[in-house]
Amino acid sequence: MRRYLAYLWREFRGEILVLPGRTILFSATAILLILPLLYPHPYLLRILALTFIFAIFAASWDLLSGFVGQLNLGHAIFFGVAAYASAILNLRLGLPIIITIPVGAVAAVVAGLVVGIPCLRLKGQYLSLATLAFPVILMGLVFMFTEFTGGELGVSGLTRLAPTRLHEYYISAFVGVLSILAIWKITDSKLGLVLHAIREDEVAARASGINTSQYKLIAFCLSGLFAGIAGGLYAHFMRIAGPQSLSMLTSFQAIIWTIFGGIATIYGAVVGVFVLFPMLEVLRVAPEIRLLLYAAIIVLVLRFMPEGLAPWVVDRLERECPRCKEHNAFTRRECRVCGTPLRVPLQKTPVSGEHMSGGEGLSASQEGG
Amino acid sequence: MLGNLLVSTLMSASVYAMLAVGFSLTFGVARIINLAHTAFYMVASYIIFTATMKMGLPLYVGVVAAVSLVVLLAMVTYKVLVDPMREHETTVLILTIGVALVLQELMFLWFGGYFRSVPTAVEGFTTLLGVRVSYQYVLTICVLIVTLALVWLLLMKTRLGLAIRATAQDREIANVMGMSDSRTATITVGIAAALAAIAGAIVAPLFIIEPRIWLSPLTVVLAISVLGGLGSLKGSILGAVIIALSENLVVFLVPQGAFFKGAFSLLIMIVVLLIRPEGLYGVAFEEER
Repeated sequence: MRRYLAYLWREFRGEILVLPGRTILFSATAILLILPLLYPHPYLLRILALTFIFAIFAASWDLLSGFVGQLNLGHAIFFGVAAYASAILNLRLGLPIIITIPVGAVAAVVAGLVVGIPCLRLKGQYLSLATLAFPVILMGLVFMFTEFTGGELGVSGLTRLAPTRLHEYYISAFVGVLSILAIWKITDSKLGLVLHAIREDEVAARASGINTSQYKLIAFCLSGLFAGIAGGLYAHFMRIAGPQSLSMLTSFQAIIWTIFGGIATIYGAVVGVFVLFPMLEVLRVAPEIRLLLYAAIIVLVLRFMPEGLAPWVVDRLERECPRCKEHNAFTRRECRVCGTPLRVPLQKTPVSGEHMSGGEGLSASQEGG
Repeated sequence: MLGNLLVSTLMSASVYAMLAVGFSLTFGVARIINLAHTAFYMVASYIIFTATMKMGLPLYVGVVAAVSLVVLLAMVTYKVLVDPMREHETTVLILTIGVALVLQELMFLWFGGYFRSVPTAVEGFTTLLGVRVSYQYVLTICVLIVTLALVWLLLMKTRLGLAIRATAQDREIANVMGMSDSRTATITVGIAAALAAIAGAIVAPLFIIEPRIWLSPLTVVLAISVLGGLGSLKGSILGAVIIALSENLVVFLVPQGAFFKGAFSLLIMIVVLLIRPEGLYGVAFEEER
């Protein structure tokens, strides 16, 4: 037993404490899981639970749009389909939550196929703008079949997620942490590598024997699944599924959170939600200029951190070893793996970063020409 | 019935065409999806409202003020916020949404969420094909046709137009040939904003002004420019006619069709994209990049 604990501690020190970014992430998660037990204020719990739900939503957008590069401007369709499916099953058939949320997520997977198959033919900006259309079309259907969907008012009066606020918080937090870890693992796995390859160069990926259409559909379905989980949780948490969940602003929210936090990183999406969503609540102190301040902060932060907030912070706190590409805390003088000195001026500065991306554009144009 | 359909289609087609041509130009030259494009249209309407209703100036002063202020606003926004970020495509997307939200909230702050309206430029109406057509409609359509013709002439007959078209075709080569792509892009953004402002000025007397009026034309404009092919002017105009016709057909033929008109036009866009993935007149931009 003691040996096992010593092993765990060694692993913890070697894998988490060694990098400031991971330490911050770990302590933030720990605080979020423990704090509500010490200070169970209903309003705080409500905000944090919603933050966890939206973190799943943003991470699922990052999986599809950041990692696979299929810039989806209509992500709300997955959220809305799952919310409506869970709500209708719960109200009309009286099914319990344990069934409605998974079925809602499955409905979102089906929506992923419905959106994904026509989008296989589209590329780049065309794809983004076509995906924007799907939630609007669905919204039109919602308003046409009002006796089934409730129209403007939506379907309300769902079963609560759990009898008390604290339980609701812990359900959202655990589902949130698990889903985000799952998405993170997916992007880290072989599947993630394939998806990354499709984003970087689809033609080259196909030439290497990757069935890109199949993998893109898998990405649409996976992203739909997690967004659907978020949608189902949201419907049961708010006890209503309304047309608001399909609106353009819902899609844009996910995009704003993710790009603000840092696209194609997953942790960036989560950081974005945890910074921006509570911030919007804090800004309620100045109700008239609340959204104005929110938008202005986003614009200013992105103007000076174009890669997003989380990568900017990580760049300041960690250095990449020039030889073995392992990350090191900024305080270290030499690499923790291979011992290469880190203080030599070989660091990636913003200037060289710009040169790199410019070079990529040039080589791509040579290939195309 | 048929006359009614024709007049309202012509009306919405010309407004949509104005907005979509500007959006498409911005995309073609500056390579940004400017989601704040229709927000400029909203701001122009408010400037005209301020000039005519609050300060009591004549309408044409308001229109001139609106166009010049909105062009200035768009060019400064582009130069300060978007131009340094051009390498980060997704960041630019969010920046434009952010700018649109900032403009919307500023209008809420200054004018409140009330429905405003502006007096029409000309009174009276005429009868065409058995339909009552107010002179404001006729004026609107004429102004729009003249403006679009001017833009066409600018693009096809002047050196500036040549530079814009060259930059749209290949930014790097145009740069090598001595046209500053950043300056061309800024001027193009200005032209696009001017088109949006004129559309706003012309439409302001016909519709209600409210800080959120930029959202619903945005989807339509996106649909039109994708349908016609991003970056193509011909495509934008044709797309505007198709979308306007389909919207009006739905409203006229289907009971409660007004709820469904946005969805229906987007459905048409998806069908067109399935047959022609780069839109009607689209150029495959991915290849040349």
